[in-house]
Amino acid sequence: MKNLVIGATVLILCLGILYVGVGLEFGVPLFTDMDEYFVSHGQEQTGGNNIVTDIVFDFRGFDTLGEATVLFTAVLGAGLVFRKRGEDEEYEYE
Amino acid sequence: MFFNLPFIVAALLVILGIITMLIKRNLIKMIMGLSLVEAGVNLLLVSLGYRAGGIAPIFTNAPAGVMVMPTVQAMTLTNIVIGIATTALLLSFVMVIYRMYGTANANKVRKLRG
Amino acid sequence: MNMSKIVREAANLLFPFILVFGFYIVLHGHLTPGGGFQGGAVIATGFVLLFVAYSYPQITERIGVGALHNTETLGLLLFIVTALIALGFGVTFFTNWMLDIGPILNNPVAFGPNPGDLNTAGVIPVMNIAVGIEVLGALSVIVLYMMSGTKETI
Repeated sequence: MKNLVIGATVLILCLGILYVGVGLEFGVPLFTDMDEYFVSHGQEQTGGNNIVTDIVFDFRGFDTLGEATVLFTAVLGAGLVFRKRGEDEEYEYE
Repeated sequence: MFFNLPFIVAALLVILGIITMLIKRNLIKMIMGLSLVEAGVNLLLVSLGYRAGGIAPIFTNAPAGVMVMPTVQAMTLTNIVIGIATTALLLSFVMVIYRMYGTANANKVRKLRG
Repeated sequence: MNMSKIVREAANLLFPFILVFGFYIVLHGHLTPGGGFQGGAVIATGFVLLFVAYSYPQITERIGVGALHNTETLGLLLFIVTALIALGFGVTFFTNWMLDIGPILNNPVAFGPNPGDLNTAGVIPVMNIAVGIEVLGALSVIVLYMMSGTKETI
């Protein structure tokens, strides 16, 4: 019974995702105001030719700062997991 | 016939990833499912910004024509880097779990020891 | 244990070219497709090629985990400091403060399609280099940590 409920929920979720995928129209974006502004004004406000880099490093700079922090935190976590242990210190998990 | 084929493929990738995460018991295969969901989301974001006949939003020696949406590409870049960080951290955890428990099966590592 | 001699020699031969290509992508991030993250990932693949070709003790006596970790920290610090200097000019955090100072940096960009100059875009190339250094260190040191975690050192 429990498996049936979980299976039905997953099936409905998958059908919903597929419905969203099928319902969208390709090649005609829905909301274009912000991107129109970036394409037409980005070059004169930041001076860079590559609009994607302008957005990443200038318009959405805080986003990139958080992203760099996430990468740094991941490296710190990996270093914490694989830190050096003493030679005689064995794992105590049978 | 399939004019919105990228959206269908993105939805199928997300569905396959969710099903993989739910029915597989191996931790590494569950992480593979998470990566599939992430790839589907990236494909959905990039194809949301496509404009018919558009060129890349770069002005260096650009030909004339409309440009595709740049914001979703920047957000995809963010998503890729965060996905790499998350996957690396999860795989590190799986390596430690395998070393401690001797298995990577999610049903067997869930008992508490202490 | 090492890979065979053919793999090691090929890795030695390919490493400078991968490095040059990665730094090209980083430096031209504001003109051509690419940027800090992509170029840093390309450079990190060069380092990972060396890690795969040689054994873990041989790598760590030449490169060292601490050096790569310091590289990553240096990149993040350079990024934050570049954003913080804008406060000294009386403008807000993350403002493009290099656009209107100096004789070299304020090369005005021609609007519309243009060939592109390297000394345009103010603060964006500096941030590209900072993020490139950070991603190079981060991805390399994650692979190095994972190699150190295996029971028999590969």
